[in-house]
Amino acid sequence: MATTAEPTTAVAQPKMVNLTIEGRPVSVPEGMSLLEAGKRAGVLIPHYCYHPGLSIAGNCRMCLVEVEKAAKLAPSCATAVAEGQVVHVYTEKALEARKGVLEMLLINHPLDCPICDKSGECELQDFTYQEGPAKSRLRDPKRFSPIEDFGGDVLYTTSRCILCTRCVRFMDEIAQDTVLNVSARGDRAVIGKYEGKELTHAWAGNVIDVCPVGALLSKDSLNKARSWELDHAPSICPGCSQGCNISIDTRDNTVIRLRPRPNDDVNKYFMCDIGRLDYRWINRQDRIEVPLVRRGESLAASDWDVAIPAAAALLDGKRVFVAASPNLSNETLHLLAKLVASAGGSGAYTVRIGPEAPLPGVKDLSLRADRAANGAGAEILGFKRTASPLDGLAKGDVLVVADADLSTATVDQLALPGAILVIGTTLPENLRTASVVLPIANYAEEEGTFTNLRGRVQRFSQAKAAPGMARPSWWVVGDVLAALGKGEAYYLASEVFSAMAGEVSAFSGMNYDGLGMRGMVVNGGAS
Amino acid sequence: MGYPQPSHERETPVLSKYFGDRDATSLDGWRKRGGYEGLRKALSMTPAEIVDIVKASGLRGRGGAGFPTGIKWSFMKPGDGKPHYLCCNADESEPGTFKDREIMRWTPHALVEGCALGAYAIGAETAYVYIRGEFTEPLARMRQAVREAYDAGILGTNSMGTGKRIDVIIHKGAGAYICGEETAMMNSIEGRRGNPRIKPPFPAVSGVFAQPTTINNVETLAAVPHILVQGADWYKAMSLSSPKSTGSKLFSVCGNIARPGNYEVTLGFPFKDFLYDLCGGPLPGRTLKAVVPGGISVPIQTMEEAEASKMDYEGFIEQGSMLGSGGVIVFDDQQNMVKQIARAARFFAHESCGQCTQCREGTAWTTRIMERIRDGEGTHEDLDTLFSIADNMTATTICVLSDSCAVPVMSGIRKFRSEFEALIKKPKFHPVTAAVA
Repeated sequence: MATTAEPTTAVAQPKMVNLTIEGRPVSVPEGMSLLEAGKRAGVLIPHYCYHPGLSIAGNCRMCLVEVEKAAKLAPSCATAVAEGQVVHVYTEKALEARKGVLEMLLINHPLDCPICDKSGECELQDFTYQEGPAKSRLRDPKRFSPIEDFGGDVLYTTSRCILCTRCVRFMDEIAQDTVLNVSARGDRAVIGKYEGKELTHAWAGNVIDVCPVGALLSKDSLNKARSWELDHAPSICPGCSQGCNISIDTRDNTVIRLRPRPNDDVNKYFMCDIGRLDYRWINRQDRIEVPLVRRGESLAASDWDVAIPAAAALLDGKRVFVAASPNLSNETLHLLAKLVASAGGSGAYTVRIGPEAPLPGVKDLSLRADRAANGAGAEILGFKRTASPLDGLAKGDVLVVADADLSTATVDQLALPGAILVIGTTLPENLRTASVVLPIANYAEEEGTFTNLRGRVQRFSQAKAAPGMARPSWWVVGDVLAALGKGEAYYLASEVFSAMAGEVSAFSGMNYDGLGMRGMVVNGGAS
Repeated sequence: MGYPQPSHERETPVLSKYFGDRDATSLDGWRKRGGYEGLRKALSMTPAEIVDIVKASGLRGRGGAGFPTGIKWSFMKPGDGKPHYLCCNADESEPGTFKDREIMRWTPHALVEGCALGAYAIGAETAYVYIRGEFTEPLARMRQAVREAYDAGILGTNSMGTGKRIDVIIHKGAGAYICGEETAMMNSIEGRRGNPRIKPPFPAVSGVFAQPTTINNVETLAAVPHILVQGADWYKAMSLSSPKSTGSKLFSVCGNIARPGNYEVTLGFPFKDFLYDLCGGPLPGRTLKAVVPGGISVPIQTMEEAEASKMDYEGFIEQGSMLGSGGVIVFDDQQNMVKQIARAARFFAHESCGQCTQCREGTAWTTRIMERIRDGEGTHEDLDTLFSIADNMTATTICVLSDSCAVPVMSGIRKFRSEFEALIKKPKFHPVTAAVA
């Protein structure tokens, strides 16, 4: 068995091999598979069992291509490149062989695409449309196998399975928790669970993503949407300080599911189940939708034109204590830090702690104990990590609650400040004494960046619209600073980031274009 | 033959000389018959010398592929610092083949000697003998022979007093045909699921436990001591037709024939004489119709082809088939070829490991169509479909099991199309179709 594709740490420059794929000359490192070389040449060779994060199985036989001077068709996933090779992907012989594979894969497949969750993002559909047979020649009854619960979040639809063994290899090699196997043989073969084992590993949900067909499904998102109804926004998982790259999939402004987005430097192709399933809070309905300004005993609905000056008036000339959420973006935290600096005072954040859950098959990938996305960014920007959110709050300060969780704050603590300004997504019961409440978008409703525990600054984009009049958090804080005469208003997150890069040395030289979708490490490494 | 009947005068009993001789199964009895002389001689030579002798003898693999044994052994690079392994393929499960079973039943020490000799020749200290799970008697005989060989100091840390270490380990399979495929066997020995591996890497580079490994058939290894004792020239001289096919070969004959059993003949023996003279021809009042000369994985021959064949690697290829494992299955005029081929297809569908798509689905689909035709519910399109499936199953998978399933189907339809068409034209009424099975 070949080993998993690990990033080569060897310093030696690999020898390059020149070959031609579909008439396109390409130069790739020695030892690379024809399939990967094809990707470099811009030719996607159809495949099922091959996954770049897993070992080579070579069992689906879908990636057969014709190599000149070779007697047989070559499985491109298991054939290494050779100097001067001439590879043909779309010759009649290769197309016939792959058509044969597709026909075989489909004869016992239930063809229940209309009720299958995978429909629309299914590789079996894609390649069948591309080069499969239009008709089945099967005249006999199809084989049927029942659906099985694999435990965890995973449901196994046996009849749809093409036995590529990606899931088995993921559990064996990456999760290193031997749960799945191939049971029985021949056409009776199915993916089975070992006796007494379930897919309860913290990273087991990735088998759903690696499954190229509709065999492994998420119970959580079962029947919630057709894939073509979903909008996909590239984002970062806020569940812990690892900063796994994800895609937020929404339907009608509602988050349906989170899925990992490949990033070789952070999470490869994977994300943990804790992060994957923790998204319902993004959809919560009890949000503040309008700015609120105190009128005597009650908080009255207001407008931004009224609320921003009211907030500025509250802060003007006072010492400020900012209780920040470690899930705020670098941009917002930077502006809050400017507020702290201009008014004197301090800023603090608290991080919830949970048990770690590493993924053994990938270097430096784990569900981290720090269950917040941007603790590292807060630290760089001068916020103090405290055990309790209001540690450091002095009597008479103006308390600025920047979406921090104050559910543990005591009545006595909340009586200390001279006034409370809430910049948040929700208004908890114990903050109803606030003087001004400014509604902000949550992280999925705005753009920004997080800094992960290794100091990697990564962008996340907006996945859904903010409710009511809520505005992006950096916008709101920028407006408050402008009203105080201590900064300018911003209209783009990228402008805030560029301003921050000009002022904070850790971020200097960075901008949104440079970060791209893979991120960059802060100057001086992790803080 | 040797057992249950004495050898025919036209046979060349080398391996089968002591078949049926109960005394030959024990170490003492085997020594009396000249046993372990080949090993003694070999241990006084260098491995390279042994490989050269085997190369010169022209011995080719008796398991089916016919690869020259000496050349295979020369792939093992001595002194590469890695442990080498020899695996003896005693997972004889090819339908129609039962020659290795008899070697292990009657002359277990011949195989132990061959394994020890082969291991020494390729620089291995360990030889695994992978015995088919259903072979209970051969397993017991082999276990006893190995025990005796250890007790007598033939095996172990000081093999025959030469200070060389040779271990022979008996590994019992669990009854899977596919474990006779060499890479699946290596997985099985390692304790994994018996799935064939992708080649390359070839076993000589990365075999069992990812170390250089050579896999040889029982009959091949059992022949090597004879070559060492009597010389390469003696072995090379045993050839009646092509000089590329030398030595004697066991043929297991079964089916509709007067005297079924194991026959050992010099390669190149005329197949017609073999069938009618040695094996006694058809049963009374019947005529022969078809022959599978080398286990069910090789193409079926018509009688015209069979009678024109020379029994060696080249001779059978000239007549549209292959020597294979030497499992001769004879069909007479009472047999329906559709039924026979359907049975063969069902065997392959049952034994497919299920890795590769074409094999997993193709063997089962072929079986369903074949059984439907057998039951009188086939159509003419089914024949085209069968051909097309068989075509998809050929030369596209990791191992050759799917090719083996396609072979009898394709050759059967080509050569006995009229039998298929007769069943299609005159459909019988079957309330329960085989398709449900």
